Amino acid sequence: MNLIEVKNLKKYFPIRKTPFSKPIYVKAVNDVTLNIPKGSIFAVVGESGSGKTTLGRTILKLLDPTSGKIFFSGQDITDLKPKEMRAIRRKMQIVPQDPYNSLHPRKLVKDIVGEGLKIHFKMKSNEIYERVREILGYVGLREEHMFRYPHEFSGGQRQRIAIARALVLKPEFIVLDEPTSALDVSVQARVLKLLKDLKKEFSLTYLFITHDLAVVDYMADKCAVMYLGKVVEIGSKDDIFYRTSHPYTRLLMNAVPSVDPKNKKDKVIPKGEIPNPINPPSGCPFHPRCPYAKSICKEKEPDMMEVNEGHWVKCHFPL
Amino acid sequence: MKGDLLTVRNLRVIFHTYRGIIKALNGVNIWINKQERLGLVGETGCGKSVTSLSIMRLIEEPGEIINGEIIFDGKDLLKLSESEMMKIRGKEISMIFQEPISALNPVFKVGYQIAEAIAHAENVSIKDAYGKVKDALEMVGLDWKRTMNLYPDELSGGMAQRVMIAMALVTKPKLLIADEPTSALDVTIQAQILKLLDELIKEMGSAVMMITHDMGVAAEFCDKIAVMYAGNVVEYAKTEVIFENPLHPYTKGLLKAVPRIGRTEELEGVPGMVPDLVDPPPGCRFHPRCSERLDICSSEKPELVEVEEGHFVACHLFHGGVRA
Repeated sequence: MNLIEVKNLKKYFPIRKTPFSKPIYVKAVNDVTLNIPKGSIFAVVGESGSGKTTLGRTILKLLDPTSGKIFFSGQDITDLKPKEMRAIRRKMQIVPQDPYNSLHPRKLVKDIVGEGLKIHFKMKSNEIYERVREILGYVGLREEHMFRYPHEFSGGQRQRIAIARALVLKPEFIVLDEPTSALDVSVQARVLKLLKDLKKEFSLTYLFITHDLAVVDYMADKCAVMYLGKVVEIGSKDDIFYRTSHPYTRLLMNAVPSVDPKNKKDKVIPKGEIPNPINPPSGCPFHPRCPYAKSICKEKEPDMMEVNEGHWVKCHFPL
Repeated sequence: MKGDLLTVRNLRVIFHTYRGIIKALNGVNIWINKQERLGLVGETGCGKSVTSLSIMRLIEEPGEIINGEIIFDGKDLLKLSESEMMKIRGKEISMIFQEPISALNPVFKVGYQIAEAIAHAENVSIKDAYGKVKDALEMVGLDWKRTMNLYPDELSGGMAQRVMIAMALVTKPKLLIADEPTSALDVTIQAQILKLLDELIKEMGSAVMMITHDMGVAAEFCDKIAVMYAGNVVEYAKTEVIFENPLHPYTKGLLKAVPRIGRTEELEGVPGMVPDLVDPPPGCRFHPRCSERLDICSSEKPELVEVEEGHFVACHLFHGGVRA
C-alpha cells in the first residue's frame, strides 16, 4: 500500500525583473509522479538546484503546489484548507537540513520538542514533560538536556533534537531533508543508524532527500533521481545502483570519489554544470552534458518508460 | 619524520578566549616531500585548518603559535620577518579555500584580482600582469574574455573555484595548500575540479597539502594521508596503507563510519564526542572514546612512532614500534 502518492506535481516560482513586468517561471518541480509504499524509505537524489527540497516541502504542503495531486493514505490533500490540513500535519513531519538554524535559539529543548503536543493534543504541561522525556530517550538524549538551549549542543545532538521534535507527534511520514549533510562522518553514521532504528520502532515511512549516493545505498528501498525539476530515473535501490539506465545517474555514480585507493579508474566526468533553471535546455534537459546525446535529444523531450517492472527512466537511449 | 620540502615539528598553537585557553594544536608533526600530495583528514575542530594557517603564518590574535618549527625549503618560517613571509605567500606557497566565492573580493572584477596576484608574486605592475591573466584563465579551462570581466557573484561555485586555482597556480608555487577545495561543490563539479587540479599539479610539479573531511577525496587524490584528532596527528602513512591496514583505533573507527556504494555491513560511528579543547583529556586525547585503551593512555601522551616503514602511529598500543 502506498502511504504517499504524488501525481504530476508541479511547483513553479514566479520571478519578475520589476514589480510590474510579466513573470517568468522557475520550474522547480516539473511534473513529478511517484508513490511511496508504507513502511519504506524513499530516497530523492540530485545536485543542488534539482528541486529535491522543493519537492519535499510541496508534498508536505508547506508550499502550495502549482498543479498536480498529492494523496496521503488515499486521501487527496492537495486542496485542503489550512484548518483541515492541521489534523494531517501531525502525521507528516519534517527534519530540516541545517541543525544550526532550525531550532529556536531562545527556547529550551523541552519547549522546542513539546510545542507540537500543546498545539495538536492540547496536553497539560506535566503530560508534555513525560512525553518529551520519553521521546528524548529514544533519540539518545537525557532528561537533563530538556532544560538546555540549542547552542549548548553539538551538531549531531541538535539533529537528534530535531528528530525528537518530529517524532513526538507520532507521525506516520517524515521528510528527512539532508539530515546528515552538515555532520561529520562518524556522527553521520550514528544518526543514520538511529533513523533506521526509529523507523522500525515506530513503523515510519521516510522521504529521504540527499545528494550523497553512498547514503542512499545504505538507507533506501526505492530511489528517484532528479535533474532540473524532473525525475529522470526511478526504481528500487538495486535498479538504480546495479541496473542503472539513465546516463545522468551513471555519471553521478562515477563522480563519487571511491574510498578504495586501488580503484583509481579513469572516469567519465560529466562536462559543464547544471544549467540555469530559468532557461532550461530544449528537449531532454540533460542533453548538453550527456556523452550519448544525439540530435533527437535536443528536439524532443523523452517520455518516462518502464525498462523493468517498477523501474522507469526518462531517456531516448537508456543504457 | 622529515620531508625535503616541508617539515612541521612539534607545532603547538593556542587560542586565548574568554572561556579559557583552547589548546588547538598539541604538538603536530607532518612532513611533505617535493611533488608529493598529502591529505590531512579529520573531523570538524581537529586542527586541520589551523595547521595550514600556521604554515602560511596567518594565525592572528587571539591565536598564538607557542612552540615548534616549520621548515620549508630550508628556512624556518616561524623565524622569518613579515616582509620575508610576504614573499613566500602566494609565490612559493599558495592556498585555495572551501568557499571560493567568499574568498574572492566582491567589488573587483575577476581579471583584476588575478592580475593582482600575479603582480604581487612576480613583482611587476598590475598593468604588466594583465598580460598573463589570459594564460591563467585558459589554464583552468575558462573562457578568458568573458570571465575576466565578471564579478565574483556572477560566477557559479565551480567557476569560482577554477578562478581561485588560476590565482593560486599561475605563480607555479612549490606547495599548494587546498583547504576543503571541493566540499561546497556538487559531486559532478567536484570530479571536474579534482581532475583539473590533478592535471595542473602534475604539469607544475608542485606538492599539495589537501585538507579534507571526505575520505573518498583523500583516497583518490593523495599519495599519503595524515589523520588528525583533537590537535594531534594520530596516524601517517601512504594512502593504500591507511585504507588497508589502519592501526590507530580512531582511524579504524573513522573508516567504519564512511558509507560506500555497494557496502553491505552496518555503519559504525565512533562513540562519544570530540573533546572540548579548553580542557582536553590528559594523556592521549582519544582515550575516553577508545575501545582499546590501556592504563597508560590517560596519563601519558603517545608520540608518533614508526611501526613499519613509512607508517607512523601515535598510540600506546604500539609502544616502541611493536604492538603490545
